[in-house]
Amino acid sequence: MNDHAWILLGLFMALLLLLARPMGIYISRVMTMGNHGTWVSGVEKAVFRACGIQRDEEMGWLQYARAVLLFNALGLLAVYALQRVQLWLPLNPQAMANVSPDSAFNTAASFVTNTNWQGYGGESTMGYLIQMLGLTVQNFVSAATGIAVAIALIRGFARHSAAGIGNAWADIFRATIWILLPLSLLFALFLSSQGVIQNFATYQEVRTLDVTTYQTPKLDADGQVLKDEQGNPVTEAASTTTQTLAMGPVASQEAIKMLGTNGGGFFNANSAHPFENPTPLVNFLQMLSIFLIPGALCIAFGCIVGDERQGWTVFAAMGLLFVSFAIGAISFEQQGNPLLAKVGETEATSVRTTALTDGNMEGKEARFGIADSALFATITTAASCGAVNSMHDSFTPLGGAVPLVMMQLGEVVFGGVGSGLYGMLIFAVLAVFIAGLMIGRTPEYLGKKIEAHEMKMTSIAILATPLLVLVGTAIAVMTEAGRAGIANPGAHGFSEILYALSSAANNNGSAFAGLSANTPFYNGLLAVAMWFGRFGVIIPVLAMAGSLAAKKRIFVTAGTLPTHGPLFVTLLIGVVLLVGLLNYVPALALGPLVEHLMLWSTR
Amino acid sequence: MKSLLRPAVSLFVLLSVVTGVFYPLLVTGVARLAFPAAASGSLIVREGKPIGSALIGQNFTNPKYFWGRPSATAPQPYNAAASSGSNLGPLNPALAAAVKTRIDALRAADPGNLRPVPIDLVTASASGLDPHISPAAADYQAERVARSRQLDPQTVRQLIAQHSEGPDLGVFGETRVHVLRLNLALDATTR
Repeated sequence: MNDHAWILLGLFMALLLLLARPMGIYISRVMTMGNHGTWVSGVEKAVFRACGIQRDEEMGWLQYARAVLLFNALGLLAVYALQRVQLWLPLNPQAMANVSPDSAFNTAASFVTNTNWQGYGGESTMGYLIQMLGLTVQNFVSAATGIAVAIALIRGFARHSAAGIGNAWADIFRATIWILLPLSLLFALFLSSQGVIQNFATYQEVRTLDVTTYQTPKLDADGQVLKDEQGNPVTEAASTTTQTLAMGPVASQEAIKMLGTNGGGFFNANSAHPFENPTPLVNFLQMLSIFLIPGALCIAFGCIVGDERQGWTVFAAMGLLFVSFAIGAISFEQQGNPLLAKVGETEATSVRTTALTDGNMEGKEARFGIADSALFATITTAASCGAVNSMHDSFTPLGGAVPLVMMQLGEVVFGGVGSGLYGMLIFAVLAVFIAGLMIGRTPEYLGKKIEAHEMKMTSIAILATPLLVLVGTAIAVMTEAGRAGIANPGAHGFSEILYALSSAANNNGSAFAGLSANTPFYNGLLAVAMWFGRFGVIIPVLAMAGSLAAKKRIFVTAGTLPTHGPLFVTLLIGVVLLVGLLNYVPALALGPLVEHLMLWSTR
Repeated sequence: MKSLLRPAVSLFVLLSVVTGVFYPLLVTGVARLAFPAAASGSLIVREGKPIGSALIGQNFTNPKYFWGRPSATAPQPYNAAASSGSNLGPLNPALAAAVKTRIDALRAADPGNLRPVPIDLVTASASGLDPHISPAAADYQAERVARSRQLDPQTVRQLIAQHSEGPDLGVFGETRVHVLRLNLALDATTR
């Protein structure tokens, strides 16, 4: 950590703290607003009538869960169908082919579950219509689904002796139209002013200054790659003086990609691509926009349950975890790769390959350098965003372990929009339960008794993702099809698979991208992990919201464990680290830890 | 379930049209009016023809030009229609081999230069389209470029300084040199 890194991290946290409260108050007002008076209410009235929605109708948890599932299933169908027929649809100037069934299914599951894992390269696979009408839409509504579920859970705490937890249609509509859309519009316009492209042009060809010579695979008469006797492709020399620049409506998707913690890039290189993330200033605001809504939702939680301290307590636990991991990631990356320092060494001169700015620059952009890249990597995985401005696969072993662990904690360090908060509240319930056992009192949280049913739902929600990650990794490692995708030899290859499953099941979407995951095996396996990683948590969370809402409120007494303040922050962090991390220690030891020891011992 | 179907379908269609059609079209319209150059790719035009984007790097191998970051795009480097990093892990022998090849190429083009090679000049960027290098990487190449063009090294160093930009607002990102702009300026000077 140099001065630049400290200032960057300090500025980031200061701005986040500054913005979280006003944004949180706004979200709480929007999501709990009444139905009378304003023009907003007038718009809603007209829209809901047209859609056949009774906006005052309270849904029980089961009805709410059915609505959420049905709405998301429609999204899955729509995104799948659009990709399968894109060649015959308009706004496809590059004539991108119809996407294969397994890849289309994977992408549909990925964007509907707010994962935005990408097995494909954006600029070489998706036409503009699919990017907009398929993917951008899911960027909005998957984030809105997360907000809706989080608010439903908060209502469970805030209400008492109630049958309903809100109206799913109204919640999804309000989160999309009154929260995500205005913010995205402002941010998209700012991005396009800074160089993020926004157009429907065909790819632009330019004449380059210098000649590029390269090797290209030789094709036979049928267009198949020729192979030599060893089975290696035969290459021939080629040269070009042109460069083709990919175009598209990027800014509009980029804005919601960050604000909705989606993370699916318009281009293959995601936020490392200069057309998605042209300057370090834009990069900083992209980082801030990832945490904006997840941070604000903590405050909204405090507002709705009527005790702002509760919200700040959750925020503090998330913030402390995040800052410690960010410092780790930046420090490890700044250490650099000891093997490269020796490469340039010659006996005669003993020249060493070092730079003024040391550090691991493989897979990083010069404008961002080490600190802005490693901080981005921590943020994007602490939140379930998954956008990347550097290639995590090329990080140092421990630098790359930070994003991996951030995901494995269950995406609760700010986490996804909505999903981060409901995930952390599940941990809070567990913390209260454990504390209750220790002091010998009935556990209660926010005036609600935590009983057997709540603990069952908590256990399901907490165990669903580790089960998917570890079983999925085991399947991939044991099968030929799984091992075939590995790009890097040794322990790092195992890390690639572990990262893919951790990313999918926790709905993050970033990758150790060397893994060749656009195969029927991985498309299928990861789609299953994404779907059950999402709804395997949402359904128990909603079930718990329902049972909490029905409970009577118990009043605070001298014997009540306070769930605000430093003591509870410590307890909460302890539970997250113990429960979240212990599941993964053996797997982490086989991957990043072994690799770290090898890297520094072969020096 | 039946009572949920109509609201689900109507709401899905409505939100799709608003966020998937109106919203991107509105952003496109405003961006085209307010920021036409930025929205269409920040193209650099010389004599009426686009010769590159100010945001996208180009491949340079001629000793008279400054070279940019190594690029891992396929099939050719700096393929702006297929961005990609190398995704080589830190222990992968292919990484050390690639770095060695790049160091050898730099040394072959500039045999007398025995200074340490800046790390960003021999490691692939994340996008494969990085338009910048570090000031150290530019300075490392200054003598070679000056010699190839029979220019005073001081003139070349001045051009480097002119095409460097500091951290944004003094705090964000790194100081960097814009390779394409620098090379265009060199061509203008020599001509």
